[in-house]
Amino acid sequence: MAMLEVEDLNVRFYTEDGVVKATNDLSYRIEAGERFGVVGESGAGKSVTSLALMRLLDDPGVIESGEIRFKGENILEMSDEEVRDLRGNEIAMIFQDAQTALNPAYTVGEQISEAIRYHLGLGEAAAKERAIETLESVGIPSAAERYTDYPHQFSGGMQQRAVIAIALSCDPDLIIADEPTTALDVTIEAQILDLLEEVATEFDTAIQLITHDLGVVAEFCDRVMVMYAGHPVEMAPVEDIYYDPQHPYTVGLMSSIPRIGDERDRLQTIPGRMPDLIEVPPGCNFHPRCPYAEEACTRTEPELVETETGEPADPIESDAQVAACLAHTGELRGELDYEVTVRDAGGPGDDPAAASEGERP
Amino acid sequence: MSDGEPLLRVENLEKYYKSDSDFIDRILGRQRDVEAVDGVSFEIREGETLGLVGESGCGKSTIGRSVLQLREPTAGSVYFKGRDITELSANELRDLRKEMQIIFQNPQSSLNPRLTVNDIIGEALDIHGIEDDAVSRDQRIKELLERVGLNATHASRYPHEFSGGQLQRIGIARALAVDPDFIVCDEPVSALDVSVQAQILNLLEDLQDEFGIAYLFIAHDLSVVEHIADQIAVMYLGKIAEVGTPTELFTAPQHPYTEALLSAIPEPDPLWEGDRILLEGSVPSPIGPPSGCRFHTRCPRVIPPADYEFGQDEWRAVLSLRHQVSDRELAVESLAEAADGPVTDAIRAETGVPETLSDPEAEGVVSEAVESLAAGEFEAAETALNTFETPCATDEPALRDVDAGRIACHLFDPAYEAEPGGGRADRDAGDSGVPVDD
Repeated sequence: MAMLEVEDLNVRFYTEDGVVKATNDLSYRIEAGERFGVVGESGAGKSVTSLALMRLLDDPGVIESGEIRFKGENILEMSDEEVRDLRGNEIAMIFQDAQTALNPAYTVGEQISEAIRYHLGLGEAAAKERAIETLESVGIPSAAERYTDYPHQFSGGMQQRAVIAIALSCDPDLIIADEPTTALDVTIEAQILDLLEEVATEFDTAIQLITHDLGVVAEFCDRVMVMYAGHPVEMAPVEDIYYDPQHPYTVGLMSSIPRIGDERDRLQTIPGRMPDLIEVPPGCNFHPRCPYAEEACTRTEPELVETETGEPADPIESDAQVAACLAHTGELRGELDYEVTVRDAGGPGDDPAAASEGERP
Repeated sequence: MSDGEPLLRVENLEKYYKSDSDFIDRILGRQRDVEAVDGVSFEIREGETLGLVGESGCGKSTIGRSVLQLREPTAGSVYFKGRDITELSANELRDLRKEMQIIFQNPQSSLNPRLTVNDIIGEALDIHGIEDDAVSRDQRIKELLERVGLNATHASRYPHEFSGGQLQRIGIARALAVDPDFIVCDEPVSALDVSVQAQILNLLEDLQDEFGIAYLFIAHDLSVVEHIADQIAVMYLGKIAEVGTPTELFTAPQHPYTEALLSAIPEPDPLWEGDRILLEGSVPSPIGPPSGCRFHTRCPRVIPPADYEFGQDEWRAVLSLRHQVSDRELAVESLAEAADGPVTDAIRAETGVPETLSDPEAEGVVSEAVESLAAGEFEAAETALNTFETPCATDEPALRDVDAGRIACHLFDPAYEAEPGGGRADRDAGDSGVPVDD
C-alpha cells in the first residue's frame, strides 16, 4: 500500500453554462518520500486535483466519485474534524502566491506557531521555539528577530520560505506544492527548489509538485504525470518522460520550450489551445491539436495503457510507463513518428535533452 | 535619418522615483530617490530586436516606458530616427505614437472589457485618423485580425470571450494597427502557457520579417529572449551589466551575474548535472543601492583586497560577515544565548568565517571585528571590516568592450589585475578595453 492512493477520481463543477469535467478517472499513487510531479497547462485540472486531496473544493465543485486513500484511509469518508486534523499536520500545502497565502494581519511567527499549537498541542513558549527552529531550517537569517515581523516586511522569496516553514512546522508526510516557484525570479526560484529538495530529503517528506515548468520537474521529480483537459495522458518515471515520451501532447509540450543554445529558427508549437472543459472534443480530447490524429481518434476515447504491452494500466500498483493514446493499442494506421535528441555536454548552454517533433510522412 | 544612425538610441537614461512616504516626510523633504534606472545607454537598429533581461525590480519595464515617454525620464536622451524625443511637445508625442507602440504583459487588463475587438483596434485607427471611411476601416481591422492568426468574424466579440493567447494576439493587432516601426514588448509571453507562448513568439518573429519592425523585448526569462533577440542586455538594479549578441552573452567570459542567471534556469533534462551557482539573498533595494558595483553584495567573484592573502572561500565568508554587520542583520544576542563556548566562536560559526584565517594580518582585523561584535559594538566592527578594500565596493564599473560583447565588471578591467572567469576568460581582452561608456 502506497502512502497516497487516488483511484478513479472524478471532479465536476456544476455551472450555469454546463458541467465542467475537471478530472476524469484520475488514478495515481505517491510513495513515502517520493517526489511526484503533475504537469500540464492552465485548465488541465492540476490544481483541482490537489484541492480535492485536501477536501478544499468549493461550490460548485463536487467530487462525484472515486477514492483518495491516505495511509489506507479514505479522506472522502472522513468527518470534517478528522480532515482538519490531517490538513497542515500530515498533509501540508504550499501555494503559488505566498503573499496571499500569508495573513497580513498576523506576524509570520504567529502563523507558524498557530499550526504547531493546534496540531501538536504545544504551549505558547514551546510552539514559539519550534517555530523559530523551523524558520531557521528554511534559511531565514536571524529567525528569532524576524519571528515578530509581518509578512509585508519579507521579500517575495522570504515570504515563500515562510510559507514553506508553515508547511514543515508539523513535520508532514506529504507536501502538496502548487506552483511554488512560479511567482519568483529565477535566482530565487533556484534557492527555493534547493531548499525544498533539502527539506524533503532531511525529513523524508513526499512532495506532490504541481507545475507547468518542465525544467523544474526534470530537476526535482522522481515520477511525473502529464495532464490534459482533465485526463492523465501519460505517467512515467522522470527519465522516461523526457527521453522517451509516449504521448504526442508530452512531445509537443517539450518541443515548445525555448532553449538556450538552440539552433532552431522557429519554435515548435502545438496548434490551437486547450478545449473548454464543458464541451470536450469526442474521442481523444487532444485529437484536434495532434499532428498524428487519424479518423479513429475522433471516435474512440483512448484508455490509459502500458506503452510496452498495450495492456490496461494500473497506476496504483505498477510503475510502468503508461499513456493514453490509440497508438499503443494498435488502433492507428500510422505511427508516432518523432525522435528525441539529447544534446551533448560541453557546448554553450550545455547539455540538455531536446525532444523534437519529426514531420509526419 | 543618416545611414549610421540607429532607429533608436538611448543615452544615459535615468529615471528616479520618489519613495513612498507620508505627509510629514514630504514636508520635511525626507523623501528618498528610488534609482529605478541609472545611466543606461543602448541602440536598436531597424528591424532588430534588443532583449532586455533581469529580475523583478531591475528597471526593465521602467526603461520600456521611459523610451516611449509614457514616463518622463529624469535625465538622459532618447533619439528616435535621429530626433531627441524627450523634448517633444504633447502633440508631437501623439503623432509619434504612430511609429512607436507597446504590447503589455497582461492582455486581460490591457484590453478594455467593455469594447468589442472591433472597437479596441478601431480606436487606434480613429485616434490617429487612419482609415476614416467606415468600410475600409472594417476591412483593415479584418486584415489585422487575420494577420495575427484570429478569425476575422470574431471582431464583434468582447475580450472575455477569448483565451489568454488570443487576447495577446488582439493586443498585438492593436499595436500593429498604426503600422509602427518600433514596438516595446513588455513581458508579452510571461502570462501564457508554454505551447501558446511558442505560438506568440513565432508570430512576433514573422511580423518582424514581414514589416521590418524593431522590438525592445523585455522579459525575465533568458531562454525566451535568447530565442528572439539579436542583441541582449542583462540588467541588474537599474544598470546594464552585460550586453552582446546571444552567442557572445552565452559564451565565457561572462559577467558573474549573467553566469548565475543562466545557471539558475532549470534544465528540462533529468540527468543534467551542471554546476548551479546559487546567489545568496535577494536583489537589494534601489533606494540607496550598494556602492561601487551594484552586484557586489551578491557576487560570487568579488575581487579580494590586494594587501591581504585570502583564500576565495575565506574572502566570501568575510564579505558575508561584513554585509550582515552593515545591515545590522547579525543576531548577536540570540547567538550569545545559544552559545556553549565563547560568543566570538559562535559568531564565526554562524557566518562561516574559519576559526583562523590563513593570512595573520587579515586574521588580526577579523578577530578585532568579531570581538567588537561580541561586545555589541556594530560600528567598531564595521570600521574594522572596512579596512578590507575591494574595488568592487568602491569603484563603479563601466561597460567596456571585451572579446565577446560589452561587460561592466572590474574582473575584465586590466587596471585591477584580476583574473576574470577564474582564469577561464581571455586575459588579453582588456588590451583593447577602452572604457566606452562614462
